[in-house]
Amino acid sequence: MKVGLFVPCYVDQMYPEVAWAAWRVLTHCGIDVDFPAAQTCCGQPMANTGCVDQTAPLAKQFVKIFRPYDYVVSPSGSCIAMVRHHYAEFFENSADYRYVSERSYELCEFLHDVLDLKELPGQFPHRVGIHQSCHGLRELRLGSSSELVKPAFSKVEKLLSLIDGIEFTALQRPDECCGFGGTFAVAEEAVSVMMGDDRIADHEQAGTEVLTGADMSCLMHLDGLLRRRKSPMRVLHVAQILAGDDGKALFS
Amino acid sequence: MTDHAVLAQKFVANSPRAHWHDRALWFVRAKRDLAAKSLPEWEELREHASDIKAHCVAHLADYLEEFTRNAEKLGVQVHWAKDAAEHNQIVLGILQKHRVTKIVKSKSMLTEECHLNPFLERHGMEVIDTDLGERIVQMRHEPPSHIVLPAIHIQKEEVGALFHEQLGTDEGATDPQYLVEAARKHLREKFMAAEAGITGVNFAIAETGGFVVCTNEGNCDLGVSLPPVHIACMGIEKLIPRAQDLGVFLRLLARSATGQPITTYSSHFHGPRPGCELHVVLVDNGRTEILGSDDFRRSLNCIRCGACMNTCPVYRRSGGHSYQSTVPGPIGSILAPARDAAKHESLPFACSLCGSCTDVCPVKIDLHHQLLTWRGEIARRGLLPKSKSMGMKFVSFVFQHRWLYEWSGKLARFSLRVLPRWMIYNRFNAWGRQRELPAAPRSSFRDWYRHRSKNDGGKQES
Repeated sequence: MKVGLFVPCYVDQMYPEVAWAAWRVLTHCGIDVDFPAAQTCCGQPMANTGCVDQTAPLAKQFVKIFRPYDYVVSPSGSCIAMVRHHYAEFFENSADYRYVSERSYELCEFLHDVLDLKELPGQFPHRVGIHQSCHGLRELRLGSSSELVKPAFSKVEKLLSLIDGIEFTALQRPDECCGFGGTFAVAEEAVSVMMGDDRIADHEQAGTEVLTGADMSCLMHLDGLLRRRKSPMRVLHVAQILAGDDGKALFS
Repeated sequence: MTDHAVLAQKFVANSPRAHWHDRALWFVRAKRDLAAKSLPEWEELREHASDIKAHCVAHLADYLEEFTRNAEKLGVQVHWAKDAAEHNQIVLGILQKHRVTKIVKSKSMLTEECHLNPFLERHGMEVIDTDLGERIVQMRHEPPSHIVLPAIHIQKEEVGALFHEQLGTDEGATDPQYLVEAARKHLREKFMAAEAGITGVNFAIAETGGFVVCTNEGNCDLGVSLPPVHIACMGIEKLIPRAQDLGVFLRLLARSATGQPITTYSSHFHGPRPGCELHVVLVDNGRTEILGSDDFRRSLNCIRCGACMNTCPVYRRSGGHSYQSTVPGPIGSILAPARDAAKHESLPFACSLCGSCTDVCPVKIDLHHQLLTWRGEIARRGLLPKSKSMGMKFVSFVFQHRWLYEWSGKLARFSLRVLPRWMIYNRFNAWGRQRELPAAPRSSFRDWYRHRSKNDGGKQES
């Protein structure tokens, strides 16, 4: 099985340790992982701004680059949701597009659904709060959303439970949006920040020591707020916890 | 029109009040969750309701004719209005024919949409909104901020001050029971004096020609039981095929709206009272245009429960008035640009695309996907601000050229590490006003990967 690792642009440049952790977890599972260097961005920033014409070339570029792999895996629910649910309009009946879109997985989803991972080494004796990123939750269904009357589950929590010592914190609003929302974070800065602060307050009342999630974009927003407020709460991508190493020493 | 973001910022600036507003609506959302979870078949009901609406909308012309035939058999006078102006003229004509000057109205978002009140007032008529929340906003001369909870943005102290000024209640009184009693007395006089009653319609039934109005205050029944003329105004999408379909929609409506199992009053009307007149005005006002669009047709499923507003993290924190549209929140941000895209271009962007509205919607409107589609539509029509459209052209160009992307990334990381703080955090940096930027690493992941391949003697990448 050959996996093409899709690293979102801002993760590649600003959070290389997260991509590294994803690579490390996959490698640990015995997967042959390749990072095709021609990749840049899936096109989501353009698509979410409505700039369809500017998204099309990036969607085509993405499908071409990742077509040779058995699976595409990415440490981002949002970017995978883009590829899986929002590429159709750029491809007319393309078998290549269908292949890539059906075989693109968010990291936790891949570990849970495809590899059916049952054990992981390591300990993480901390109170961990999970931020359910919306696109992972409501577009990819990595977990059950609180609006639906369906059995509760969370693939992210199930994977983290493989690591010893984690205690999960209980939130008052388990899946409210953090307010990142791409360009929303700057276009609607006031609401975005209030939403982020409210999520943080919820994690504080729940006693979260380490805030984690499957999307670095939400975590970048929350981490930015936490650091400005000099909060002791730490932010780690779920891949960093699963990898047993935050990888920061490699890149700082 | 002022950008949503500008008005939202003003709302957020009063943090205690913004949090109060957020909590008040989250309370309703939580009640809705409990009510939904009391029905194990909830998801099937949603599916069923969505199917019924899709079917009805697909055969709307036939069902409208069937409704009209059956309503006329019951003695109802049915009118067709292509837009708000025609609707207002029809209502005015009926009222003038009966020399009406005093009208009571129960809640109707359609008449809000058509701005009926100011129109009738210009013709010398008194229109009193009889839903308590609606009456409060009417006394304040402002539009409702929510379609089910029109005065949700107003605190009881403000209601006390308003009633003191206009109804002569005790100064400083804030006891809800006392204030409601005062409103009740005031409204009772209006009910007694009214010469015509106007209502909205929640569901009109093609099969029977009847219709249903849902209220919690009984004001619909009071308003139409005394005067000799009842005018019911409805958007053409309010139609359902059969009486038995009510069983699906009534179960979903109140649970989604307020968490109640059913509204206190579900009033059924099947023809006029003896010696009285019952009019139904069927209003298009842009709905057939939405009907003709594959992307937005499903927004006609809407039963105006307001659940998407209660769950929307942006609505809760920016208030209904920030949308400057009769119907605010997620569904309003789809319906308003359909009416006038240039005027409401900022609304589809007043959304973090979290998708909570889509999951909460009892009739399964794909709200957040429609909002995303609207963004594309706004860009296609050239209505995006230049900063956004030019910016995205540039960013897309960078992403299409790997060397340029790598070079830009390197430059950005280098700048973040070496530039003095004031050059990074200034008024041009909206992100950094209240947030830190990420701490820039020395190398990117691709740098590390490239070297790793070399060090391992592994393959060289292309």
